[in-house]
Amino acid sequence: MGALLQVLELSKSYKLPGHWFNQRECIALEPLSFEIKAHKTLAVIGEAGSGKSTLAKLLVGAEIPSTGKIKLNGQTLNAENFKQRCQHIRMIFQDSGTTLNPSLTIKQLLDEPLKLNTNLNERNRTQLIRKTLQKVGLLTDHMNFYPHMFSGGQKQRISLARAIILNPQVIILDEALASLDPSLRSQMINLLLDLQQQMGLAYILISHNLGIVRHFSDDLMVLSNGQVVEYGKTIDILKKPKHKFTQKMVMSQKFQLLHK
Amino acid sequence: MARNRIYQEEEFPSPLVQSWHYFRQNKVVMFGFGSFVFLFLLAIFSPVLTPYSSFENNLDHLLVPPAWDVNGDVSFLLGTDNLGRDMLSRLMHGASLTFGLSFVVVIISLLIGVFIGSISALTTGIKSIFLNHFLDVILSIPSLLLAIIIVAILGPGLGNTLWAIVLVLIPQFVHITKNAVKDEFSKDYVLASRLDGANSFRILSYSIFPNIIEKIIRQATLAQSAAILDIAALGFLGLGAPIPLPEWGAMLSNGLDLFYIAPWTVYLPGLAILFSVVATNLVGEGMRHALKQSKEN
Repeated sequence: MGALLQVLELSKSYKLPGHWFNQRECIALEPLSFEIKAHKTLAVIGEAGSGKSTLAKLLVGAEIPSTGKIKLNGQTLNAENFKQRCQHIRMIFQDSGTTLNPSLTIKQLLDEPLKLNTNLNERNRTQLIRKTLQKVGLLTDHMNFYPHMFSGGQKQRISLARAIILNPQVIILDEALASLDPSLRSQMINLLLDLQQQMGLAYILISHNLGIVRHFSDDLMVLSNGQVVEYGKTIDILKKPKHKFTQKMVMSQKFQLLHK
Repeated sequence: MARNRIYQEEEFPSPLVQSWHYFRQNKVVMFGFGSFVFLFLLAIFSPVLTPYSSFENNLDHLLVPPAWDVNGDVSFLLGTDNLGRDMLSRLMHGASLTFGLSFVVVIISLLIGVFIGSISALTTGIKSIFLNHFLDVILSIPSLLLAIIIVAILGPGLGNTLWAIVLVLIPQFVHITKNAVKDEFSKDYVLASRLDGANSFRILSYSIFPNIIEKIIRQATLAQSAAILDIAALGFLGLGAPIPLPEWGAMLSNGLDLFYIAPWTVYLPGLAILFSVVATNLVGEGMRHALKQSKEN
């Protein structure tokens, strides 16, 4: 089976505000390449400001890359074509509290991507919303609720429902599990793994929790200052971290790893 | 017949309905809101409700005091003025001029202001700055003075003063819309919606306006109390509504000479202006309070 998502020499740099003759650039992400297959999970770890979130934004299309290409099933994705991209690559944000519009009901929220990207009529859309809500472990009654009536974990589930409702192939989890408490987190992880099996999803997991990374991911990429310092199988890297930064990170979370 | 509630019906209040619940809790604010609705209905239905026409001269009943006075006549409940016109009818007609027109003025400037403001928020750079600030020059001139200038150029009349007030109120709406939309645009749910494939216009109308409508309405109530005062002041100066029209400010200046003989010709329109301004301000204040409360929870 070929690669589902191929990333070639992707990089991002920002122009810092300055004078015309004194323009400086801030490189958020050095050129990097990787590929990911269906049913697989790639974890991206790194310290704050290492370019993890920039990578997520580039992949999902919220930012335009400075160089490089993103190929999905061998097809290059246009930088500004959200319609093409959002049906295949979806993202779950870190804080689901702010990503749900407070004045829309759950039904309206989930209806939006369907309305914009599919030709389904209203009945079919409602049916699909019901089905998706059940898939993520919510009730169909929740359709008429507003986001403020849910707890954090439920909001995360709604974000997940919103992500999977278009039947995507890749889902990006940008620290999506960080804000949850351990029991909810493991619930979400099991849910995600179930969905991965059912739908053949590929995940890109951005996290700083090595416990989750080890449990969840097949491949691991370590970013530091916008550069890829290690890339390979998760087990190999965590067993024998080569780079200093990875060693530090593994050491610091060793306690947690030993007691899992 | 009262409906029997067999099943426990659940209510899902939208954020707007929730703010309304907070709004409703304050008794004083609800009184202001009731007065506001009363004035609004009066402004629409005054031609049907008034006992006399506002121009009708009852020459045998000049300067009749209000009905509670010893010399009062119950057929002229609030007395008559120096030309024998019924004060009650004139005040009621005045509601549609002073209060009703201020409402229309605010609606017009709100529409224009929100339009310009949202375009300004959607664009960037010079275009945005130009749209945001090209009407700011108007803010440097007091609204009354500007209205006087416009009237001096175009000639006195109610229409000209109304345009002047519309012009004065627009920049407030431009600014508040631009800032509110900009604030909302930086929130994550807009990005999420954009990633769903929504274009800017859809995001604006579907995602953002429901969240900022309260702010705009609140600004509108504040603008209306200013508009009422401006219309009345220009009427008082003789620049606004022409003489026979029962505009409250014009009525006030008309009665000024008779203050010692017939004080009701002055204090009644004055009270009417006070009442309408207090009512609109109470509504605005209640809205501000409700907004704050719903944000805190």
